[in-house]
Amino acid sequence: MTESTISAPRRGVPIWAQIIIWVFLVGLLAIVAVGLSRAQQGTVQPGQTIDNFTLPLFSGYELDGKSEVNFVDLRGKVVVINFWASWCKPCEQEAAELQAAWEEYQPTGQVVFLGVDYVDTEPEARVYLKKFGITYANGPDLATRISQYFRIKGVPETYFVDKNGVLQYVQVGPFSSIDQIRAQIDPLLK
Amino acid sequence: MGSSRITFYVLLLTLVLAGLWTGPASAQGPTPTDDEVNRIAKQLYCPVCESTPLDVCPTEACRQWRDVIRTMLAEGKSEAEIKQHFVEQYGVRVLNEPPNRLVSYLVPAVAILLGAFMLFRGFQMWMKPSITESRSEDAKPEAQPAQDPYIAKLEEELKKRK
Amino acid sequence: MIANFGFGVLVISFLVTLYSVFAAIYGERRKIPAMVESARRAMLLTWPLLTLTAGVLIYLLVNNHFEVQFVYEVTSRSMPTYLKVTAWWGGQAGSLLFWSWLMSAFASLVTLRKWDRDREFLPWVIVVACATMAFFIGMNVFFENPFAQLYQTFDGVAPHTFQPADGVLFTPQDGRGLNPLLRHPGMVIHPPMLYLGFVSFVIPYAFAMAALITGRTDDRWIRLTRRWTLWAWLFLSFGLVLGGRWAYDVLGWGGYWGWDPVEIAAFMPWLTGTAFLHSVMIQEKRGMLKQWNMILVILTYDLVIFGTFLTRSGVLSSVHAFAQSAIGPLFFGFIGLTLITSVILLFHRWSSLRSETQMTSMLSREALFLLNNLLFMSILVVCFWGVMFPLISELFTGQKVTVGPPFYERATSPLFAALLLLMGIAPLSAWGQSTVKTLGRAIWKPIVGAIVVTVVLFATYTRNPGALVGFFLIALVILVTIYEYWRGANARQRSQDENIFTAFWNLTGRNRRRYGGYIIHLSMMFMAVGILGIEIFQVETQGTLEINQQMSVGGYDVVYQDIAQFPGPDGREVTRAVLGVYKGGEYLGELNPRIDYYYDAQQTMTIPGQRSTLRDDLYILLVDWEPVAATGATFKIFVNPLVNWLWLGSLLFLVGVVIAAWPEKDAERAAVRSKARIQQQTSAAD
Repeated sequence: MTESTISAPRRGVPIWAQIIIWVFLVGLLAIVAVGLSRAQQGTVQPGQTIDNFTLPLFSGYELDGKSEVNFVDLRGKVVVINFWASWCKPCEQEAAELQAAWEEYQPTGQVVFLGVDYVDTEPEARVYLKKFGITYANGPDLATRISQYFRIKGVPETYFVDKNGVLQYVQVGPFSSIDQIRAQIDPLLK
Repeated sequence: MGSSRITFYVLLLTLVLAGLWTGPASAQGPTPTDDEVNRIAKQLYCPVCESTPLDVCPTEACRQWRDVIRTMLAEGKSEAEIKQHFVEQYGVRVLNEPPNRLVSYLVPAVAILLGAFMLFRGFQMWMKPSITESRSEDAKPEAQPAQDPYIAKLEEELKKRK
Repeated sequence: MIANFGFGVLVISFLVTLYSVFAAIYGERRKIPAMVESARRAMLLTWPLLTLTAGVLIYLLVNNHFEVQFVYEVTSRSMPTYLKVTAWWGGQAGSLLFWSWLMSAFASLVTLRKWDRDREFLPWVIVVACATMAFFIGMNVFFENPFAQLYQTFDGVAPHTFQPADGVLFTPQDGRGLNPLLRHPGMVIHPPMLYLGFVSFVIPYAFAMAALITGRTDDRWIRLTRRWTLWAWLFLSFGLVLGGRWAYDVLGWGGYWGWDPVEIAAFMPWLTGTAFLHSVMIQEKRGMLKQWNMILVILTYDLVIFGTFLTRSGVLSSVHAFAQSAIGPLFFGFIGLTLITSVILLFHRWSSLRSETQMTSMLSREALFLLNNLLFMSILVVCFWGVMFPLISELFTGQKVTVGPPFYERATSPLFAALLLLMGIAPLSAWGQSTVKTLGRAIWKPIVGAIVVTVVLFATYTRNPGALVGFFLIALVILVTIYEYWRGANARQRSQDENIFTAFWNLTGRNRRRYGGYIIHLSMMFMAVGILGIEIFQVETQGTLEINQQMSVGGYDVVYQDIAQFPGPDGREVTRAVLGVYKGGEYLGELNPRIDYYYDAQQTMTIPGQRSTLRDDLYILLVDWEPVAATGATFKIFVNPLVNWLWLGSLLFLVGVVIAAWPEKDAERAAVRSKARIQQQTSAAD
């Protein structure tokens, strides 16, 4: 410190360098902030309009004979989107209830059930579907795009979308009774 | 009866092929060993258990994945084809490295080169002192010891020895 | 009741740290020494207060107070008492408290030193240390209360800090139990070591900030914190090694390091810390790099906080990560705040931190140290980029990616090799002046020796070019270090007329830092041998065996003899296999890989059977066995050559750091003498 008084004017950090450093630091913090806010976000919240997605379907589990379903084409119907996997034990608890609910609402023609198979292999998935006698449309979540869009936290999770494509309810974890499913679908049919 | 013989052979071939198709994997050559499966599994990550390579991941989902690799190997698929299959099914995050290597390596390389350049410039600046610096040098004569005193002493001792 | 008491003490410690911060600032601004003294005493009080808090928490843990949510989550009745104590840092809330407690211990130690000559630093050191503590304790108080109790209300059972109006205390029958991964002896010491390293780096940072704020930017702060930094570095390094050992013994990967984001998060402050340790020497000897040292200490501190943040915020998912938590944004805010404040201060004092001297030679020790810093920073850049890349990729392309070991290995191995080369050259170069000639004269013998070693290895052990380059560099460093030792001892032997052993002993005693440093270099080489061995020569195989069938790998023959399933202590079901190990027909003993299933946590652990020698480790995992189906058992066998050198090296490392950090006798005696004399003596002693 004593030397600083002796020598001629000393240079600080040049302005351009300061600007670069600040931009860099703020950029870095911004990226971390975005990552953090994503991590903090829960699943897609009710009230949000769900964007279009495409779900390819397993053969034998088509919807109206089509091997692929576009979400926008389902406007005017209540859509129940269930994320599951064959390796997921809790999913098995609700499989029968979901199928029963499907059989109940299928005749109305106003409700569509979509099973989205998360990080699973087709042969195992088929074994699972057969085991629980599931008949509604089911397909793989290719490249985990759909689950990323819904920001699922795990399986099973079920999303209830109304006739206008607006998310109305999110069920995290398995259903314990068919009444729980009815309680979400019935209001949307009115 | 040439035509009927051809028909017979065609039928036989079809039967054999069909047998191959539906029959056990052993019919298509040896079952892939665990090591062959693991060699590929090592390079994959299952989204269910992040940051654990597939070959050592104990979850049920990962066991299924390894079975898929085994099946595909038995079908004669190459390593690249198998990886491609997993990417299509589950996204690029199953790979142990970002697919676009250019980006992933370029940025740190540029940053390191930039650092090296700055250090080099620093060397140059230090080696050719500016006027102000040499003046402060005069004010502080002890600032530049001729040599590390420890080394100097050491060298001296070594010389004495000779 | 007791839990409320614990929470009360916690709140008091929080208030005390806050008081400390404000009293120190106020006392300094208004020039009231009594106020600063009061702040100092308040800081001294944090340790007893937090010890009391921790004591209460441990009491609750040990005595199965499951009405306390934290106790419920991390312990269960079947756990042995020592694990119940270590469960303290087995969950988010407890480990935050643990962090604060260690920090307070360091803060108290700092306050107890003699401050006579550095009075002006004191208030600011208190401010930085107490603000950091207040942040951590505050998180415990407001968000992650380890004393929150479970109350049954109309809405169900939920944790509350205070009893809700209509709530009744709810005591579960049994706790959920500690995560089995954390029930390993390695886990008992790994986190404390790592946290010790983390918190002790706060001290050099606090002094650096004090230097920046007061404008006393000479190397006083560096001399004051030198030993702190060394201890901090020791703890951090040892924490990393223990973490590796834990992974090796428990995770069943066959390795010790998986380039997992959380491992890297702990590795990054180590990199800057190591760079800092080297570059402070340049500042001490040559008065250069003052600005750079400030940057390094700021980086180290914020990387410490960043590492803690990454593990706890859920930004990255990893085997080591805590469950997602609300404290992420707070950590983020704290990092932003400290980083921005530090950088503003640094810019403010930038010009007074200019170098006093200039570089005289590209081959001088200081120039080589600078290169060393460049390499450490380059490894940091690679690591940081690897950790951030998935975030950036998802942000810009919407695609999740994984950055795994291949990236890190490919990008860092040339940098590590260059570091080894520097480690070989730098000890032979002199401060200030060094030329190709002087350096060449010193280094040719070790180089010849290293070439001989490499040729021998080529003929007998390996033809792998990467391994040969690695072994050449390792041999070079070892020979250079031994050569340096020998030169010094020899000179001493001559001048002091001592025998060679006394000369060695005294040489090390009189130049602890230098020779401690050399021992650290040697230990790093041992570790490098281990790393090279497992990275390049690891072989593995997997197969399903029937009883009495055998499998061969890496020269070993392994015979599957028996398997049994039985209940073990600590509430688990143990499936244990018996394998006989042979090598060249000779029976070497049996190994018992096993699978432990923990009922309380519903989790399995794969514990390897290991046979360690200096040449290689045989490492067997029981992958799969079904009790009903008689299909045999699946085993995975690794042969990990040379990996034991890694652990041996870490022990030698401990010795080296203790030697380097041990207080100098001469300096101690000198402390009573005049100031001028001290300066003379320390510069001579180093």
